[in-house]
Amino acid sequence: MKNKVKTMELVVHGIFLILGLITVAAVLLISVYLIISGIPAIKEIGFFEFMFGKEWAPTVSESKFGILPFILTSVYGTAGAILLGTPIGFFTAVYLAKMASPRVKRIVSAAVSLLAGIPSVVYGLVGMLVLVPAIREFFDIPDGASLLAAIIVLSVMVLPSIIKVSLTALEAVPREYEEGSLALGATPVETYFRVSVPAAKSGIAAAIVLGVGRAIGEAMAVIMVSGNVANMPSLFESVRFLTTAVSSEMSYATAGSLHQQALFSIALVLFVFIMLINATLNFFLKRQKEE
Amino acid sequence: MTGNISNKRKAYIFTMKALMFISVGITCALVLFLIGYVLIKGIPNISWELVSTKPSYLSGKIGILPDILNTLYIILATLLVVLPLGVGAAVYLTEYARNKKMVATIEYAAETLSGIPSIIYGLVGMLFFCQFLNMKTSLLAGAMTLVIMNLPTVMRTTQESLKTVPQSYREGAFGLGAGKWRVIHTVVLPECVDGVVTGCILSVGRILGESAALLFTAGFAHALNGIIEGLSSSGATLTVALYVYAKEQGEFEIAFAIAAILMIMTLLINLLADCVGVYFRRRKN
Repeated sequence: MKNKVKTMELVVHGIFLILGLITVAAVLLISVYLIISGIPAIKEIGFFEFMFGKEWAPTVSESKFGILPFILTSVYGTAGAILLGTPIGFFTAVYLAKMASPRVKRIVSAAVSLLAGIPSVVYGLVGMLVLVPAIREFFDIPDGASLLAAIIVLSVMVLPSIIKVSLTALEAVPREYEEGSLALGATPVETYFRVSVPAAKSGIAAAIVLGVGRAIGEAMAVIMVSGNVANMPSLFESVRFLTTAVSSEMSYATAGSLHQQALFSIALVLFVFIMLINATLNFFLKRQKEE
Repeated sequence: MTGNISNKRKAYIFTMKALMFISVGITCALVLFLIGYVLIKGIPNISWELVSTKPSYLSGKIGILPDILNTLYIILATLLVVLPLGVGAAVYLTEYARNKKMVATIEYAAETLSGIPSIIYGLVGMLFFCQFLNMKTSLLAGAMTLVIMNLPTVMRTTQESLKTVPQSYREGAFGLGAGKWRVIHTVVLPECVDGVVTGCILSVGRILGESAALLFTAGFAHALNGIIEGLSSSGATLTVALYVYAKEQGEFEIAFAIAAILMIMTLLINLLADCVGVYFRRRKN
């Protein structure tokens, strides 16, 4: 009887161990699949040719597989979205953390959560029908679907990440720091920006890095507003991101062709970017905990 | 008190305050505009006929019933698989794991998973589930892909709620002679219902909004199927249908109707998450 119970406990322990390791297995699965399917095309095309080639023409007879336009578009698009979104997100977070009344804070926080929950295709749809025509009229260009449109949509989409993570960091600042500053004669607003914000700087940095990750990985909203032509990035021209290069061509690339393999290589490049961003995020989160 | 500070400080305070108000104003205006615009453009296009029929090439009319059903099927299938996996992983981390390195590895893996963009999940899902496991392009393959995506969410919410179960409960049960598994399923698990429910709601929200991961795994078909048949065949969820109607077919009225439905669902899910949070906090105190 006792032995039976013991075996049962061991079996249950084993089952839970396997369940616990599923996340690790999933990460390994994703990494291995991307590496295995991404390497062949890079090898065949040549690393430098692939990464720094300026031309992408996979379906013509003298096909060209250079993804520099996609890399630069992703980098510029993300940088633009962060430049636009960070100040708005940062000041909103400071207001919510330090100045807002509990009621205002509750309502605005709910609004921010909602912003995070809106599906990316809805952002894309609104961008397509409001933002793109507005850019076309305002700047008097033939087509408003451009890098600028993508940057604006992305800057809205990164707002919730930036606001929420900065808010948590600002709320964790010890009350004594602020009381000390106030007692020395600083006004509340000066205290928030010269004492609370520097004390929460690692958390705010983490918030921005999280926003970078969200922006560089977004596909559907961007594909709907950026025009999707493989140009070198320019603010008013139709562009293609790393994510949209994969999603727009995967459905018609012939299975097993160099074209499809090159798309997997693009995904691998994106994955490497994301892993670097994750590592940076973890660095800041760890530092915040230590502080 | 503000009378005796220098003009430079006054200007600084004024600027910072202004920037804060402008930013909060922009954030709120964006939310209001998005909700208002989508609802105003979308609700007039929602009709009983639209939500109760399938697209017909003969009459040229578009119905989104198949897309609604596909969305429900995929949510059900995903939750059915992700809940046991996520709860199990959380139980292992809080109740069984003794090795600190192991815990750190699993938690790092979960964080990594939540940072991976959905387009990459879509690609790997296509390679692994559709091709390697031979599920073809089907709702089931899409659901399995979403299981991996939502695993960290369910795991984290359950873990947080397990951490709040008082150690004395476990000790009491052990003291009465119960084995570890018995303690877990009679004492610990019933106490973490709140975490599981929250994880469920968050996952439903995420599945509802997901599109990039489903394009290559679940496909675009609009056929009307029962759940068994539906899971084994290709089908578009509401978000994928919105994308196809807006981007490929230029059917903006349909797209806005779907967008309005999605927006209302998002509002409801956020509301539900808040209510559930408040309810469980009250019950625990």
